[in-house]
Amino acid sequence: MKMSDKVPVRLTVNGTSREGRCEPRKLLVDFLREDLGLTGTHVGCEHGICGACTIMLNGEAARSCIMLAVQADGAEIVTIEGLAQAGQLHPLQEAFREHHGLQCGFCTPGMLMTALDFLHVHPDPTEAEIREGISAVLCRCTGYQGIVNAVKAAAPALNRSR
Amino acid sequence: MSSQRWVGQSVKRVEDSRLLTGRGTFIDDHPPVANLYQAAIVRSPHAHARILGYDVAAALAMEGVVGVITGDDVAKATKPFSVGVTAPVHYYCTATDRARFAGEPVAVVVARDRYLAEDAAEAVLVQYEPLPVVLDPERALDPDAPLLHEAVGSNLAGHRRLVYGDPDRAFAEADVVLAERFKFPKYGSTPIETYGIIARWEPLDGVLTVWSNFMGPFIMHPLTARVLGLPENRLRFIVPSDIGGSFGIKTSIYPYIALIGLSAMKTGVAVKWIEDRREHLLASSSGTDRIAYREVAARKDGTVLGMRFKWFDNVGGYIRSPEPGCSFRPSGNFVGPYRFQDLEVDASVVMTNKSLTGPNRGYACGHLYFETERMMDLLAEKLGLDPAEIRRRNLLQREQFPYRTPTGGLYDSGDYPAAFAKALEMAKYEELRREQTKRRAAGRYFGIGLALAVDPSVSNMGYVATALDPQFRAKPEYLPKSGAVDSATIKIDPLGRAIAILGTTPQGQGHQTIVTQIVADELGLRPEDITVVDEMDTFTRVWSISSGTYSSRFGSVGTSAVALAARKLKAKLIEYAAHLMDVHPDQVEFRDGAVRVKSGQGPSYSIKDLAGRAHWHTESLPQGMEPGLQATAVFGFTVSQAVDPEDRVNSSNTYGFIAEVMAVEVDPETAAIKILKYVTVHDAGTIINPMIAEGQIYGGALHGLGGALYEELRYDDHGQLLTGTFMDYLVPTASEAPVIEIAHVVSPSPLTLLGSKGLGESSSMTVPAVIANAVSDALAPLGVRISELPMTPTRLWELIQAARPKRKT
Repeated sequence: MKMSDKVPVRLTVNGTSREGRCEPRKLLVDFLREDLGLTGTHVGCEHGICGACTIMLNGEAARSCIMLAVQADGAEIVTIEGLAQAGQLHPLQEAFREHHGLQCGFCTPGMLMTALDFLHVHPDPTEAEIREGISAVLCRCTGYQGIVNAVKAAAPALNRSR
Repeated sequence: MSSQRWVGQSVKRVEDSRLLTGRGTFIDDHPPVANLYQAAIVRSPHAHARILGYDVAAALAMEGVVGVITGDDVAKATKPFSVGVTAPVHYYCTATDRARFAGEPVAVVVARDRYLAEDAAEAVLVQYEPLPVVLDPERALDPDAPLLHEAVGSNLAGHRRLVYGDPDRAFAEADVVLAERFKFPKYGSTPIETYGIIARWEPLDGVLTVWSNFMGPFIMHPLTARVLGLPENRLRFIVPSDIGGSFGIKTSIYPYIALIGLSAMKTGVAVKWIEDRREHLLASSSGTDRIAYREVAARKDGTVLGMRFKWFDNVGGYIRSPEPGCSFRPSGNFVGPYRFQDLEVDASVVMTNKSLTGPNRGYACGHLYFETERMMDLLAEKLGLDPAEIRRRNLLQREQFPYRTPTGGLYDSGDYPAAFAKALEMAKYEELRREQTKRRAAGRYFGIGLALAVDPSVSNMGYVATALDPQFRAKPEYLPKSGAVDSATIKIDPLGRAIAILGTTPQGQGHQTIVTQIVADELGLRPEDITVVDEMDTFTRVWSISSGTYSSRFGSVGTSAVALAARKLKAKLIEYAAHLMDVHPDQVEFRDGAVRVKSGQGPSYSIKDLAGRAHWHTESLPQGMEPGLQATAVFGFTVSQAVDPEDRVNSSNTYGFIAEVMAVEVDPETAAIKILKYVTVHDAGTIINPMIAEGQIYGGALHGLGGALYEELRYDDHGQLLTGTFMDYLVPTASEAPVIEIAHVVSPSPLTLLGSKGLGESSSMTVPAVIANAVSDALAPLGVRISELPMTPTRLWELIQAARPKRKT
């Protein structure tokens, strides 16, 4: 098999079965964006630091820029496109809007996915825990305060919907 | 008068729905044309090397590769960019004869997809002859330093000695003179979205269309057209509605626009290039690193009589426009918020084998105020005065506004003592001092820093000419430059709803929300009846040289253009309604979205009524009235004038004020700095949306903190970048971000329609100063004084260790 030979990749993305063929070296984020047309997941550094590309992979936050699409074969993925349901913003999205947790919006999809995972693990976090939890994503616009406030405000709403 | 129901409110952003759901329209998200090819850029591995030749055969032979463009092609097919100095610096969109910094583009490969393009880029062979490297701007001026540009003859791109008043007399008459050397680091605000460009060439029409996340100023459009040999009306720049942050950095994308544009013209296919993070850190743009020598002359009572600035600004391998703004952008506010009249500025703009520089949030003002505010503290220490007291004694007073600075700036409004007093009060300054005494007695290192700054917004294009000699500017063939304009169009549809159209290239500042608020108030409409389209297109938008979102422009000039367009439209609606009522326009008023007779008698016409009639029944218009309900306004400042023969220039148009207090504690064992209190008070005139304003302050502050503590583009002795990933180039995370206490003082600008001023750069220009002062104050018992940034733990720890009395082991 040559490196350029394409292989099938099957995923469940946002509750829907998706399939595509790509080179084994293709990054998961490129597969999501280019092959599946899910451009909400952003590429910020391609070396796993900035966190803009964070998605939910089998229920946990993961960086889609430092794994290959073939590694995710068979996985269940939630991207930013799957967060709002039935035209309604998710409570975490609402909180970001309410507390000015975004400016340019580029890191936002990764930040939301990271915060979602964090709140699953820490349903009643302190401010210091929130800061530590979201430090996995770099934001250059907000100074983080709006994000911290949004995550804090979203925690009770998420607990209610559990 | 329009009622202000929406302006002044923390209205939630209309941008957020799409951005929160992954439906933004960033450059990499939505291909505007089908069948895109991808570019990968070949970059010089050497910081300085002669290019002996290219071998592109292997790359061209690879499957999926449609073309390779080298420096030879660039030299043949394009012109060098105009530079802001008279030195003959030939700056092309790639290296041509030699590479002058590590990462400089030397060739481009265009292929079917990015993976293939990168494979092929590795197969391009470039033969180099490495040359000696120089990185330090002072060393670069030595006669025996490696020379970057033979045509220039030295590494000095430009030099100006500017004299205002009589600084020699001020220094001769002073009771006290202090001198200090400072170093300011090279850092960039690294937007999380990197540069991105898509170019399509229509050979039969001769039109090059370029989509990109360029942020302006649009002077770079004609510059790029000239480089590519295209008439300006055959080069189309389109900027999508979403840009993933910029902070000045995306001004400097334009050489890549020329390069990717040329690639499209040469290969005949539509070409896309998305910069990767390593490329961004290696070769996009940053602020300058500066070595500064400062002198201050003062009386015993602390009155500053004069200052001398001597700067060596490092612009890297070439000087790329709008540099040397690094030296001259704050020309009008060189003196900051202080009253002294005598000043000498000696600015050397130096080329070295580092990457190129350009605007970065706080452009040149972070440097300026770091130096000035450190000098104020050193002076206070020397004279035994409290740092707050020495500032109070030198501050401009309220009755001095509008104030013409000795360097030509016109501070439009302000009450600096009130804003400063507010900051001290919020921080409980006296209490902090008592706390300091207590902690010092306990052997702890607790410090309080202050910083004051005049926050310039909306640069006057004319300031760039400060870089040129007055003799040069006096030549008859020299064309003076001045101005700062922005435009907006508002149209009303047949059912009375409004669409506002702008081309301001916002990068997260919420322009759609702000414009909605303004139009809602001006026309009495509900926000949901207003749609704001903010996408730049040089073929369809009204724009000028100074268009774009940089230099904290929008809150001042952009909002004025929107209000002006709305008011023009309102005047037309009034005239039309009066005609329908058969009364004189003076007898009617526009209130709550309707025109009615002032006496309250008779019918009223809502915007919906008027819009329906105006669109459906043009016969009903008064004689001579132009049909249609739309207005375009171009707003400009009359205070934007060209540099005068004495080098005085009003370099910005509106000037806000910042007063900050920070308290820190430094751990002498680890050199960790803990921010215990940080208060910032801003006067940016009328605040249109407090939530957005606060967001700008938070973001700006964290950029300043990054530069002060963590971020530096560091090189080894060979000119290789040591901080080429986010593992090494440390961007503050939420854990490092301080909580900020923010307040506003409002001195409305008399120059803008809403009284607002810019606020975008804000605390990015004060944080380096305030934290350096706080840390110096904390470590004063050891005699440690901060004169170099960033204060990384290593650097600070070494200073502490060198100063501490040796402990017995």
